[in-house]
Amino acid sequence: MERHFEKDLNELKERLLWMGSLAERAVHQSVHAVLEADEQLARRVLEEEDAINELQLEIDDRVVQLLALHQLMAVDLRLVLAVSRINNDLERIGDQAVNIAQSATRILRHPRVKPYVDLPRMSELAEEMVRNALNAVVRRDVDLAQKVLATDDQVDHYRDQIFRELLTYMMGDSSVVFPAFELILVAKNLERIGDHATNIAEDVIYIVQGQDVRHPSVDRR
Amino acid sequence: MHASVRPAVSVNITPPATTGAHRETTAPAEMRMSISKVNFWYGPKQTLFDISLGIASGKVTALIGPSGCGKSTLLRTLDRMHETVRNARLEGEILLDGKNILDQDVTLLRRRVGMVFQRPNPFPKSIFENVAYGLRINGSKVPMAEAVEKSLRHAALWDEVKDHLHKSAYELSGGQQQRLCIARALAVEPEVLLLDEPCSALDPISTAKIEELLVQLKDLCTIVTVTHNMQQAARISDFTAFLLTGQLIEFSPTPQLFTKPTDARTEAYITGRFG
Repeated sequence: MERHFEKDLNELKERLLWMGSLAERAVHQSVHAVLEADEQLARRVLEEEDAINELQLEIDDRVVQLLALHQLMAVDLRLVLAVSRINNDLERIGDQAVNIAQSATRILRHPRVKPYVDLPRMSELAEEMVRNALNAVVRRDVDLAQKVLATDDQVDHYRDQIFRELLTYMMGDSSVVFPAFELILVAKNLERIGDHATNIAEDVIYIVQGQDVRHPSVDRR
Repeated sequence: MHASVRPAVSVNITPPATTGAHRETTAPAEMRMSISKVNFWYGPKQTLFDISLGIASGKVTALIGPSGCGKSTLLRTLDRMHETVRNARLEGEILLDGKNILDQDVTLLRRRVGMVFQRPNPFPKSIFENVAYGLRINGSKVPMAEAVEKSLRHAALWDEVKDHLHKSAYELSGGQQQRLCIARALAVEPEVLLLDEPCSALDPISTAKIEELLVQLKDLCTIVTVTHNMQQAARISDFTAFLLTGQLIEFSPTPQLFTKPTDARTEAYITGRFG
């Protein structure tokens, strides 16, 4: 017997995935605005931010309604709680994309500091993490979620590498401090996007297995 | 420049079609019944005070409140069942499709407004005859077997009873008997179905079946249900009226009443602080 709240649950999931696809697109466009010095692309990210914010509010309302009206249990309860958290992560990913787009508009006023080598690789990894995390939500795929968790270290590694390299440039030539600093911010934002994708992947494991893997060092016996 | 942008977006970028929240969050335009300034007495004791509310067409309206708040009394006025109680007196106006029910033939009214009670009360007849009964006494000319099947299907009971329609209704489980009573009420195609605590005598599985049934039935008729089970009202209704000591405290779309009630007494009741 299908319970009628399943329709509400399915709509909630659809709205979350729609929001996820918008956030994913925002990240992609913002990074390419930096890499290709494309101001128009950067502006589009800023214009599209409201759609993500509206979805955050709508999804929050739906979560409140589901919790208030249905006495959800077990996997349904875990799903709705996780959706509430993923909702925040996606909104934050949208914010990071906006930060990157804003950096892009400032960077393109300066000559290019250096050829971009690590930044495209780092952004590809961060985007892949977001994409895989969303696909893991769709498919309830714990293995894919684990893959996202494993990728986070690589993204952190790129952030450290980009920091070090740009610091060297800044120490050698003070005229590049401004664009180099902005590029460091871009790397920092990409690293944060990876962290949000990690949170989403952890929520997938929580939904499917009921296991909270967020802080393994905490003893909850 | 854009040509070099990889198509990285893996998730379909067309927004999904949604119906929004599946339940009404604003007042609907069309009312099936309209209760206006209803006061009610059992002898000298007044039990309803100046109640006014609209029953939305094709929706589930739930009446909730603590024992003795008047919710069952209010429900019973809607098909004039209160007239079976001696010394009961009603003042006010109750309209069905714009016409005062107090001015109508009561038999005709009860055909248009069906009632299902707390305890399943099948007749001591076969399953088939229970459903056919209302049609027979109304002199219906429709093919009986077809009409009985239709009602049993609407009541989500057909598949369970189709092979033994001529067995006694008393052989059914409590939940099945209650769905049989719903099928019996549906057979005469009422415009409004009233239910007085329809699940209070049933186990959780049967309750879930009746709840799903009510949600589906609202395509067929307007539903008003009384329940002391607040969670049930939350799960199945579109509108909820909260009554306390014979007064209507709050009447809102259900999502609103259970998330942002406007009256402190509603809030206290639904959060379990009294009642």
